[in-house]
Amino acid sequence: MTMRGPGFLDQLDAAVPGAVVGRNLEAIDPWIDVAPERIADVCAWLAKSSPVRFDSLQCITAIDWFEIDPKKAAKVAWQPHTEMVYHLWSTAARVSLVLKTKLPRWKSDVPGELPEIPSVCGVWRGANWHEREVYDLSGIWFTGHPDLRRILCPEDWEGYPLRKDYEMPLDYHGIRGR
Amino acid sequence: MAQMLDDDPRIIEFDVRTDEMLVNMGPQHPSTHGVLRLVLRTDGEVVSEVEPHIGYLHRCAEKIGENLTHRQWIPYTDRMDYLAAMNMNLGWALAVEKLMKYQVSEKARHLRVLIVELNRIASHLVGMGAYGLDLGTFSPFLYAFREREKILDLFEEACGARLTYSYITVGGLTADLPSGWLVKCEAFLEQFEPIIQEYHALLTTNAIFVKRTANIGVMSPELAIEYGCSGPVLRGSGVDQDMRRDGEAIYTAMYDSYAFEVAVMKDGHYPRDHVYPAVPADAVLGDCWHRFFVRMLEVVQSMDLVRQAIDRYSACKGPLGEPLKLTEKMPAGDAYLETECPKGQMGFYLVSDGSAIPWRVRARSSSFSNLAVAHELCRGCLIADVPAIVGSLDIVMGEIDR
Repeated sequence: MTMRGPGFLDQLDAAVPGAVVGRNLEAIDPWIDVAPERIADVCAWLAKSSPVRFDSLQCITAIDWFEIDPKKAAKVAWQPHTEMVYHLWSTAARVSLVLKTKLPRWKSDVPGELPEIPSVCGVWRGANWHEREVYDLSGIWFTGHPDLRRILCPEDWEGYPLRKDYEMPLDYHGIRGR
Repeated sequence: MAQMLDDDPRIIEFDVRTDEMLVNMGPQHPSTHGVLRLVLRTDGEVVSEVEPHIGYLHRCAEKIGENLTHRQWIPYTDRMDYLAAMNMNLGWALAVEKLMKYQVSEKARHLRVLIVELNRIASHLVGMGAYGLDLGTFSPFLYAFREREKILDLFEEACGARLTYSYITVGGLTADLPSGWLVKCEAFLEQFEPIIQEYHALLTTNAIFVKRTANIGVMSPELAIEYGCSGPVLRGSGVDQDMRRDGEAIYTAMYDSYAFEVAVMKDGHYPRDHVYPAVPADAVLGDCWHRFFVRMLEVVQSMDLVRQAIDRYSACKGPLGEPLKLTEKMPAGDAYLETECPKGQMGFYLVSDGSAIPWRVRARSSSFSNLAVAHELCRGCLIADVPAIVGSLDIVMGEIDR
């Protein structure tokens, strides 16, 4: 089940003004587009004050929209960016909700500078590991995260493997990479 | 009496502080269910902090998924929760079918239920046996593996593999059951049913087992929900949630017309559809014993479901239907689906740009969220209780590290 109906969205808009920048209620999983800097406020409202309490965070995903092949890149309809997807779940009402937000691939378009988004650890403690994983594999910096460091890759790993332009290192401590 | 207890050397004094010590458990510790490393900050016998280190089995399955078509990625889902590979196959296949708006034949639907519920029994048997090992009893493990072997034999006959099946695939199943398979399956259930009482005698009602698990690692429902726990870990805390009943339509439709009761304590008692041992007096809702007991109830529940599936599958006439082509194109868009796997809710998220190869694949692992809560449960417990708590979460590292 998914949240439908504009009534709920109006309440969200009134509680956190200006945070909702778009919506798609016709998709397979209807989603709400949120301004990235307001994501923690929106989540806090959804988890603590909304009529339907989204008390559980299921998944955080970062999608890298970037085409390495210049020929294909000329044809795509989108500009390169990173998309964040939050899947929420309400245990009491048994409904899910999808939040999406757009980030630049690099902060101020300077390669190497990680894009920033507020952490939702203060809303759900379970977000801690999910955000560490997204940071580790996709290179997103969560501001306000209590302990943001790599979780799956070794601490001295370089690069963010789930980015489309990632290249496997040639050598890691004497182990051949490719 | 109180005076005597105070002098008892077996009583551990929680309020006396000594030097802190860091104890490293793993990554090769046998009771960590794979390669999990726990760093314990201890004060004598008391653990003040537990920090899990994961990633030893990381294979970047999500990145591999961006280079293969949807059906080619099925074998990689096998290797996530390798104890319940059928359930993993189903999760991914349904997520792709959700995006494609594809519906499998009625016969394939019932065969899927039959297979995944049988795999749930096998997975819970390992969970039960390995939990006994964690607590220092070896025999239940052998009893559990004796029965699991028969399930694996059945799977081997159906699809040729014993652990990584790739049997359920996008658009159906790779093959129909061989002739005579259902008779063997029914014979297995017939023989298996009385053995469950043996498991209850060996572990569930065993005085030492109850002593080691009751009132240990108590998790409140609020904590479980906030950490996104799911499956028996969540239901062990008394939260009435099962994706087979509460999930999305494409998944719950599979279980339409099936009768089953969610294994959760409601109004102070567990479902009364079968005769189960009584809850021990020391057990508190949300402790290790309840998480273990929910798994044992689900073994019986899955057995019922397998029986129902056999009836419905045999009543279906007509062909099973062919799975989709390897290179079948997906519509552009995204879809997220969670299914109830033995370890919890496994979610697959897939983003497509219109080709047969997904643009992005995401696997939301239930064990990942279930393990994330371990440090909260282990705070202030004894070193000997750490394996009891981590074991009761029934994690699989292949799924956490992906």
